[in-house]
Amino acid sequence: MIKLELGKATRVAYGEALAEVGKENKNVVVLDADLSKSTHSILFAKEKECEDRFFNIGIAEANMASIAAGLALCGKRVFISSFASFLMCKAFDQIRVSISCPKLPVVIAGSHGGVSLGEDGYTQMAIEDLSLALSLPNLYVLHPADEITTREFVHQLLKAENPAYIRLLRPASFRLYTSGKKIRIGEPEVIRKGSDISIIACGLLVAEALNAAEELSKEGIEAEVLDFHTLRPLNEEILHKTLKKTRAGLICEDHLMGGLSGVVSLWTAKNFPVLLDYVCLENYAESASPKELYDKYGLNSQNIYKKAKYLLNQKNQISLYD
Amino acid sequence: MENLAKEIRKWVLKSTTEAGSGHVGGSLSIVEILVALYNGILRHDPKNPFWEDRDRFILSKGHGCPALYAILGLLGYFEVEEIMTLRKLGSPFQGHPDRRFLNLLEASTGSLGQGLSIGIGMALAAKLDKKDYHTYVLLGDGELQEGQIWEACMFAGHHKLDNLTAIVDLNGFQLDDETQKIVNLEPLMDKFESFNFKAYFCKDGHNIEDLKDKINKAKNDKKPSVVIAKTIKGKGGGVAEGNNEFHGKALSRTQLEEALESLGFKNDKA
Repeated sequence: MIKLELGKATRVAYGEALAEVGKENKNVVVLDADLSKSTHSILFAKEKECEDRFFNIGIAEANMASIAAGLALCGKRVFISSFASFLMCKAFDQIRVSISCPKLPVVIAGSHGGVSLGEDGYTQMAIEDLSLALSLPNLYVLHPADEITTREFVHQLLKAENPAYIRLLRPASFRLYTSGKKIRIGEPEVIRKGSDISIIACGLLVAEALNAAEELSKEGIEAEVLDFHTLRPLNEEILHKTLKKTRAGLICEDHLMGGLSGVVSLWTAKNFPVLLDYVCLENYAESASPKELYDKYGLNSQNIYKKAKYLLNQKNQISLYD
Repeated sequence: MENLAKEIRKWVLKSTTEAGSGHVGGSLSIVEILVALYNGILRHDPKNPFWEDRDRFILSKGHGCPALYAILGLLGYFEVEEIMTLRKLGSPFQGHPDRRFLNLLEASTGSLGQGLSIGIGMALAAKLDKKDYHTYVLLGDGELQEGQIWEACMFAGHHKLDNLTAIVDLNGFQLDDETQKIVNLEPLMDKFESFNFKAYFCKDGHNIEDLKDKINKAKNDKKPSVVIAKTIKGKGGGVAEGNNEFHGKALSRTQLEEALESLGFKNDKA
């Protein structure tokens, strides 16, 4: 196992970054739907210089999304947050009609994404939020894996022309980068180099992928690990570069098939067919600790290791016939 | 002003017949409401549509847009003849208001229930920017069955948004039938009042002076306000008047000529 230091949850980094940008930029307005203590948007609300620009909309996500559009139409830079499941499922039409289609630069922050939410159970777990966001044109779709990335993204989104969906997580995330590292929207990071297989992961599965890669390395298999934090705009160049080298991609996400897995599969099917396999969810989950759920549903380094070996075996079989 | 109303009706009828479709009934019921707003109430300037201090108007019942396009054209925002491209490929005059094609519209609408919330966003922005523009949102009566309307009312009432006024086009019908047969809205005044709105009733929503009087009172309230205007669906549209068959249907050429003639437009070939 490689040594990664446990950092803050990305939702905490989001709240802290909001407070930073809010103090710098008086045009920033933040809305939440009665979950500001969970999404940490309350950190913005608590700032003396920001408190007037924070509105708790109450438990009314649809209302919140449309209010955000009205504010944006008057030139405000608006960040809205709630649980990912409630935001994307309950306010989908409002986002579609008033944010996505008119391309208003509203930032939609969906916290508690994936089964890593844990004990609260399936109604609160967003495992389809990335797919829903990807189905809306114009939206950037982001899934930062650590606090450093989250902070960078919030700052960059302040100047973005597009609306964005940013998925945040409940549990603490391993720190993948050092403070000050420039992580850019649209430029996924190759965080481990290798030439045998590409492990393309997002969120908490990036750290799991790194651990799997270490195990594979002991057997002489060198996996390339990508922190694919930006699902849209898709960086085709980075994807092409790694898959051209390895010809095998294992896509890992705490999400139903169709989020990151959908984006990469569609691109490869059309542009550069290679062997692919997936570590992702296939159905709704239940209450348990995040660790228990990750083990039960195979969202862990052991399963990534196993699937990587299987995929490499397939790749070798095919090359036998070359 | 009655002339302006007649002209709007003419262009609504002509453009929808030309398009072969469109929501005639709900466009004609709001004509006088639009005249009252754009000809006396709203602070606006056709030569400067993006004036920061303009009052905001959102047509939440987006299907009534032929009437909005007509009044904007007649007031000089563009050549009114252009709206004959209504609903055609590449036209600024989309089937429902779409800012991508006509950016002087305040919001894209058509999925019912959302305009009042958008209006709240604009009203909040005005407060934050210490501007004195007022935001008006025109709602359909059937639209009030959408839950988001009441989320919006609860929020506006709680925050005492005195720079927000809703107007309800109470024409009594929705697509399938009368509102009172589908899901009754009454007692509507009480509903709004209980959400901390000041409610006004305009018993003839085609009386421009009365509308102006009520909307002016509403805008000066110290809390969010609503003017409920009793209207007639399809008003002044010949065969479409009071006929819910024309909720989402255009008049035929012959029906159009008859309607125009009854409005006093003789020899005005469609």
